[in-house]
Amino acid sequence: MTIKRETLRKDFPILDRKVNEEPLLYLDNAATLQTPNQVLKKITEFYQKSHANVHRGVYTLAQEATQAYEQVREQVAAFIHAANAHEIVYTRSTTESLNLVASSFGELVVQEGDEILLTIMEHHSNLIPWQQLAKRKKAILKYVPLTVDQTLDVHAFKQQLTEKTKIVALAQTSNVLGVTNPVKKLVELAHQQHAYVVVDAAQTVAHHALDVQDLNVDFLAFSGHKMGAPTGIGVLYGKSELLKAMPPIQFGGEMIENVTKTTATWQPAPWKFEAGTPNIGGVIGLGAAIDYLNHLEMSWIAATEKKLMMHLLPELQKIEGLTIYGPQTVERHEGIVTFNLAHIHPHDVATGLDMLGVEVRAGHHCAQPLMAALGVESTVRASLSFYNSIAEMDRFVYALKMVKEFFNHESE
Amino acid sequence: MSLNKLNLLYRAVVLDHAQHPHHKGEISQVTQKVTLHNPSCGDDIQVFICVAQNQISEISFEGQGCTISQASASMMTDVLQGNSVSQALSQCEAFFALTMGKAIAENQKEALGDAAVLGSLAEFPMRIKCATLAWHAAKMALEGTLK
Repeated sequence: MTIKRETLRKDFPILDRKVNEEPLLYLDNAATLQTPNQVLKKITEFYQKSHANVHRGVYTLAQEATQAYEQVREQVAAFIHAANAHEIVYTRSTTESLNLVASSFGELVVQEGDEILLTIMEHHSNLIPWQQLAKRKKAILKYVPLTVDQTLDVHAFKQQLTEKTKIVALAQTSNVLGVTNPVKKLVELAHQQHAYVVVDAAQTVAHHALDVQDLNVDFLAFSGHKMGAPTGIGVLYGKSELLKAMPPIQFGGEMIENVTKTTATWQPAPWKFEAGTPNIGGVIGLGAAIDYLNHLEMSWIAATEKKLMMHLLPELQKIEGLTIYGPQTVERHEGIVTFNLAHIHPHDVATGLDMLGVEVRAGHHCAQPLMAALGVESTVRASLSFYNSIAEMDRFVYALKMVKEFFNHESE
Repeated sequence: MSLNKLNLLYRAVVLDHAQHPHHKGEISQVTQKVTLHNPSCGDDIQVFICVAQNQISEISFEGQGCTISQASASMMTDVLQGNSVSQALSQCEAFFALTMGKAIAENQKEALGDAAVLGSLAEFPMRIKCATLAWHAAKMALEGTLK
């Protein structure tokens, strides 16, 4: 794999296309990252040379496919510093990972009257599974609010943790506010109350090096497509002893040890959670995406994105009538900035930007309780990545000013 | 960089309806009211109708939204007010067809009044939902009067 930081944009041919006769400026990286050629090539090679089902056949191809599939598990474990590869469960997405924890582990440990502590900044995928679990179990759902500077209220977090708290579920990085929560400290606090911590790292995994052992999280979920792999492959990390205790929630091929007409026994974790033919091509792509990120180096990615945000945020703050949600300082901002322009609906802003080739997200970002806490229905979100440039940040700001002028002028 | 194409969607008449919507606010006599939610932006729109002898005597809407949804709702109230229920229902269908880029008869287009300019939405498929929400609410309200 040849990857050069100087020429990495060439690895993403989509960045060369035009949108509405303008060069594409892709700023929806928090929704999905573009896929580099190296990943696509690896997947194609797999299909052309080694494609077979995994964990079934005794023939050479099956063995090669199985080996490749399991090798990526080792790679994922190394990438997030898991103690061993058996702590890595392949899923379809972050959402499926979090649902798996809620449906399997949550069912085991949460009883009537227990508490589940979430933060108000959760994406629906780390909120609804717990909300529904709480309903089933008659457990109590609690939300940690935001401080005045729209970051997580750690003081309130401490106060809301009790001996009844069984599960704490939180995003490492908010997909709206762009703020990264002090997970290590929060885990420590939660563990003091013997609560388990489930972390949604979907917005962190492609931007910062992760160390699950250092963070001491019990579970951590992320998606391949937010880190350059194809859609449809996700990961659940779980501590060995917890995965061991958890029952599978899907049944079928691959996950069994022995089946009779009336009984069945399971494979050990992680395989007991991987019923049916898995997304093998997606796993191969995930391995290639990790290779890609490792070649660039996570520290370089983090520094590059920080530089872009350092340039962008002050420029946005200069635009009159533009409200930024989340922290106002670059230090606390990851590559996500969510905002509104006064008197212009986010959908109108996004359509305007789209006409200028700038692709941003508008809506509630699957975080409606957070929108309610912020007092808005919807917002505009721009999210950047290591392949964006300073020039693109300038172009984005310019486009935003044009859109603002268009709507303000037209409304006179 | 140019925003010329935006003028296609945001015609003066659209912006005017959005800024000064007609028939906005709940009417005093309501026979049917329907609230619909746009799941992509979280906006709600409410449509109120008063139907007597199969005739829409009054129609109005309430709710916040983008330029397109507000303008479309305003235009809709202008179009449907005073019409028979069946006539209004067929106008809703004509509007749905128009925004999807399907050809509709010239007299149908004419009957849609200002709303006919939203035919340009066919070029902005991601925004069709914004424009049709109020019309879907009206359709449900009108169908409610037939039960």
